[in-house]
Amino acid sequence: MKFFRQVFVIAVKDLRAEFRTKEAINASFAFAVVILLLFSFAFDPDAETTREMAGGLLWIVFAFAGTLILNRSFARELPNDCLDALISAPISGAALFLGKALANFLLVLAVQLVSLPVFAVFNSLHLTEQFWPLLGVILLGGWAITVIGTIFSALTVNIRLREVMLPLLTFPILIPALLSAMLLTKALVLGQPVGVDNLSWLKMLIGFDIMYTAASLILVETVLVG
Amino acid sequence: MSAVAVDDVWKFYGDFPALRSISLEAEPGACLALIGRNGAGKTTLLRTIAGFSRPGRGRIRIFGKEPREPETRRMMGFIGHGISVYDELSAFENLKLFAQLYNLPDPRRSALEWLERTGLERVRDGLVREFSRGMRQRLAVARAFLHDPSVLLLDEPFTALDDRAIAVLQRLLHEGLRAGKTIVLSTHQLREALELASHVALLNRGQVAFHGPCTPEMVSDPGYVYARYGEGG
Amino acid sequence: MRDKILYALGAVALAILVWNINTIARLPEETRQGMVFKIIFFHVPVAITAMLCAAAALVASVLFLVTRNFKYDALAVAVTEVGLAFLAANLITGSIWGREIWGIWWAWDARLTSALVCWLLYAGYLMLRRAVEEPTQRATFAAVFSIFAFIDVPIVIFSIKWWRTQHPQPVFWGGGSFPPDWTTHFLWNMLAMALLGTVMVGVRLQQEDCQRELDSLRREAHAM
Repeated sequence: MKFFRQVFVIAVKDLRAEFRTKEAINASFAFAVVILLLFSFAFDPDAETTREMAGGLLWIVFAFAGTLILNRSFARELPNDCLDALISAPISGAALFLGKALANFLLVLAVQLVSLPVFAVFNSLHLTEQFWPLLGVILLGGWAITVIGTIFSALTVNIRLREVMLPLLTFPILIPALLSAMLLTKALVLGQPVGVDNLSWLKMLIGFDIMYTAASLILVETVLVG
Repeated sequence: MSAVAVDDVWKFYGDFPALRSISLEAEPGACLALIGRNGAGKTTLLRTIAGFSRPGRGRIRIFGKEPREPETRRMMGFIGHGISVYDELSAFENLKLFAQLYNLPDPRRSALEWLERTGLERVRDGLVREFSRGMRQRLAVARAFLHDPSVLLLDEPFTALDDRAIAVLQRLLHEGLRAGKTIVLSTHQLREALELASHVALLNRGQVAFHGPCTPEMVSDPGYVYARYGEGG
Repeated sequence: MRDKILYALGAVALAILVWNINTIARLPEETRQGMVFKIIFFHVPVAITAMLCAAAALVASVLFLVTRNFKYDALAVAVTEVGLAFLAANLITGSIWGREIWGIWWAWDARLTSALVCWLLYAGYLMLRRAVEEPTQRATFAAVFSIFAFIDVPIVIFSIKWWRTQHPQPVFWGGGSFPPDWTTHFLWNMLAMALLGTVMVGVRLQQEDCQRELDSLRREAHAM
């Protein structure tokens, strides 16, 4: 119980700090909209083929915009050496990680939920048919991006070229999760339900989330303290 | 049982030993001043004792327990080079956060109490980024003392403090020592430290060059220890 | 002593390779794909060697985290670098094959794509090492990343395979038949590649030892 209270305290702290400064979230929103705009210039939105590509493009937006938020995650502990205070407090690495991951997840979700209607409008998509499954995929894929991004944010917080290293390390590992999310989203935005073909992708995404959440919880203490 | 026991500790950066075979003890209620040149290993030693990194060899025990165990962390307070409080939160929010992390029974009350004791009650809702340097330092002190730690580890705490902050810190440290707290502090400000210290340890190139009680000669002539045991201050 | 063993192994590996290449060149050409099909004698062994390297990297990383002994860190980096080289050989031979048979340098064939993703993963490992100055921290972070990367390898392979079964594309070496009596030559090449890999790891380990000694001497000098 104490564990979850600490998770909550950390998550609230991160969210409060973010809403006061809005650094990461503003940058992320702006970045997402710009990429969506560029895609609209690059591809003809009315063509049937573009509609098919839409699902994939959406996750590129989520991944890149998400990185801006995730980079901030442990980086916000650096000024004033706040990370020291967190590490010396009697809070387990797992609670610290989970609290930050939760806060990051909500921020990434916010960006996703804003990008989605913008995207639908730009590409003339009707998302209402498969809305709930689509939301489910967004949550699962968002968690994959969040959990990998958060643990690597902890890993890269004190090293050189942090902003470059985080996406460099995160994206290759995320490829299976992004692939699953893209294929599922592609079907869903075209109005098709999650059929037998796509069920394996759903399982892959869920499995990815579980496995890497577990690995991160186990290894986070090593990353923070060595 | 000693409050802080450092037993044959080595700390390596790669293969380079930053700390070599350090053995020290601090009894409960003692105040140990760590002195030494820059690069001697004072900060490395303090941070290793505090549990920020693990020693390559040897052991650290705080009241017989490992530094990283939650009960040990609960009884330790650390002030490093940074103030370790969040710029984007208010003074009150900062202290309440740490009170919650340390599982204090009434975080709100503890936070308010310590804002008063460090003279920050008027700016409790001010964001830390708007504070003056002295105010930030006092908040850092409040954060370290908030959970009533039995062992305080302070890395050059008097550096860059204004007069008011120094006064607050000295008062709190004196009170703490009277209440039986154990203090290990590293310092360049020899005078303030030696007034508080019961013991002194001189570090030189990662080794203990001297470790013993603090004598009146040392207090009256802070350069004395360096001259006798070090490499000429 | 270690040098001599490495030289000996290297000589053995080269001898096997030269002899084997000679034999392979004399084998009859495969019916539909011709001479190029023989690339498989290299393409697959390097892939298997690369996979062995990845497994060795995982073991070395876990051992480092458990024992904090730097020789495991040296092993992890050596094995990963060599594995990357072999994986690159896999990608290149695959690409050459594709060019000869299909006329294109790259197709999103399942195995080749997986190999590319794994290559990016472990290249990230090396970049991470570059970015961390302090040796203990570098070894720790690299070990953690290596564990994460290895977990991903089977996930990557399976997910890309499923992707390709759903959206079939020309498979790069579909359509060629591998005569069973070629198996011995294949195995000899496999041995040669494994030996070659071992020699390269050995050389890299020695270099890593020297580097560590240099590093610590440098720090010692700075401290004076």
